[in-house]
Amino acid sequence: METGELNPNYYPARRAAAVVQHYLNTRYGSPYRWMFLGNVHNASSEDVTEGRKYQLELTIQEMISNVSGPCSAELLFPGAGTPQVQASCDWLLPNNTRAQEEAFYQQHRDSHNLVSGDRIPDSYGHMEPTMKPFWHLGGVASSFIMLEQSNQSTLYNMAQVANFTQLETEKDQLRFQYHVLLHEMVSQEIIHWKMLITWSPAEGVKVLQTDLQPKCNCEDPPDSIN
Amino acid sequence: MKGLLVFTALFVAVFGKETFQGEPTDLSTPVDIRVPNIHLQTVKAFLEAEDIQYYIMIEDLQVMLDEEQEQMLKAARTAAPRTTDDFDYSNYHTIDQIYAFQDMLVAENPSLVSKVVIGQSYERRPLTVLKFSTGGTNKPGIWIDTGIHSREWVTQASGTWFAKKIVTDYGRDTALTSILNKMDIFLEVMTNPDGFAYTQTSNRMWRKTRKPNPGSSCVGTDPNRNWDAGFGGPGASSSPCSETYRGPSAHSESEVKSIVDFVTSHGKLKSFVSIHSYSQMLLYPYGYTKTPCKDQNELHNLAKKAITDLASLYGTSYRYGSIINTIYQASGGTIDWTYNQGIKYSYTFELRDTGRYGFILPANQIIPTARETWLALMAIMKHTSNPF
Repeated sequence: METGELNPNYYPARRAAAVVQHYLNTRYGSPYRWMFLGNVHNASSEDVTEGRKYQLELTIQEMISNVSGPCSAELLFPGAGTPQVQASCDWLLPNNTRAQEEAFYQQHRDSHNLVSGDRIPDSYGHMEPTMKPFWHLGGVASSFIMLEQSNQSTLYNMAQVANFTQLETEKDQLRFQYHVLLHEMVSQEIIHWKMLITWSPAEGVKVLQTDLQPKCNCEDPPDSIN
Repeated sequence: MKGLLVFTALFVAVFGKETFQGEPTDLSTPVDIRVPNIHLQTVKAFLEAEDIQYYIMIEDLQVMLDEEQEQMLKAARTAAPRTTDDFDYSNYHTIDQIYAFQDMLVAENPSLVSKVVIGQSYERRPLTVLKFSTGGTNKPGIWIDTGIHSREWVTQASGTWFAKKIVTDYGRDTALTSILNKMDIFLEVMTNPDGFAYTQTSNRMWRKTRKPNPGSSCVGTDPNRNWDAGFGGPGASSSPCSETYRGPSAHSESEVKSIVDFVTSHGKLKSFVSIHSYSQMLLYPYGYTKTPCKDQNELHNLAKKAITDLASLYGTSYRYGSIINTIYQASGGTIDWTYNQGIKYSYTFELRDTGRYGFILPANQIIPTARETWLALMAIMKHTSNPF
């Protein structure tokens, strides 16, 4: 295991940086704010008593506004358990998304017209425009799972929202049941998770429950292939 | 009652009866209305003042209509093309459509393109390779394959675009014409047709072949762990249920063995490019060992040139390096084997994107991806045909 300066283009730095991406989504993500990793500029790592520590300078891209900016982060992969991340991205302030988030929240908070959707995006990468914020929300919520599951031998992305269903609003939080497919790059596995999540502009995204689905060497649910 | 009367009166007065989808009937049945943008604030204010509850079902009808229109045009275009000029490169296609495309391309360009069947998949589909040749015997060759991992749909789609690009540019583009005068190009578009069929009928995320594994309920072998290079070592799985299952033995999969036999009997391939998605990387050997390959410097520099050319088109940024440094340790991989056979310019691409859409890349990115990747391929092919 290399110690000291790491090549920022090689996988050890990239995997650590992806963890920072997931962390930022759990902190700042919303139906109108979804972060992805750009370049890693600098990286170093060393063994510490608690595990392995990384220092990173990277660029994060916010996908919806298409704004990118620098972040510095420190992360610890403990022997076992969730990585611990500290990151500062001074430019990531909740400003321009407020209006959109508020409108989306108002649109869906009265539980008369509960929304649901499946296969977002579909096999061809397509989704209805009205489904986009739910795709973003699924991605942000998935980051909670991906953060928790990450270690130095993993690299996660959300592959698809298999389906989601809006539940009754409770305590002013929009609530959803999601079934997501996560892609883990090193094993190349597609991992199915179900989760119960809430969101409001005030409280952000919270994941109340997660359920790992058993791996099934089976077909997609019927009627789901177009 | 007052609410309903006022409501109806306002709408009929301002917008005419046509704004209603159906008629307002009674107090408990919701009614849908379409509101022109300029009246939006007035309507909202009115409804709120009259305490009439409303929900926005569709924010902008025009956007939906535009999208639907686009899809209908696309559907019209995918009615069987009669020529490769009619073929819709900006969409994903079925296996049959791609086989038909290949036959059409050969029929339209008989002096340049021929079809070589190098074997059969497990489910007996033909493994077809397009040979682009200006004639002669014993010419050195360049190999390109797409779709070895079936879920990586942008690769098969790009493969069809590359096929058309070659016939279009031969005789028009100096660089490509010069390459084809010296070398043949072999292009296998659907390298794993069984897997591809399965992604269309059953599981969009299927990666492997479709050969059953005796004693297991799990099907398929990872064709990019099945080659005889570091086979059985770390970087592949010995479990049939794994996505990186190496298979019972090296070259056990007919999709792999057919290429092995082709390469061996051809004997004069100088470059071998195997195309995957996603991650935006250009990789050279090795995946199974950290020992640098002996041509590392040259391959590294050529990769740098190729991805610089790629980026020149749309700014798409690629990383590059050996497989084991850049992405992960992987044993039994294609280009480790081809390199060890003496095919120096052995590369693997990982095309768009970097995880936002991943395997399900929107169709509108097919052509941009193919175009930028072609620039990288040209850099590799130019250098291969003229290394000094």
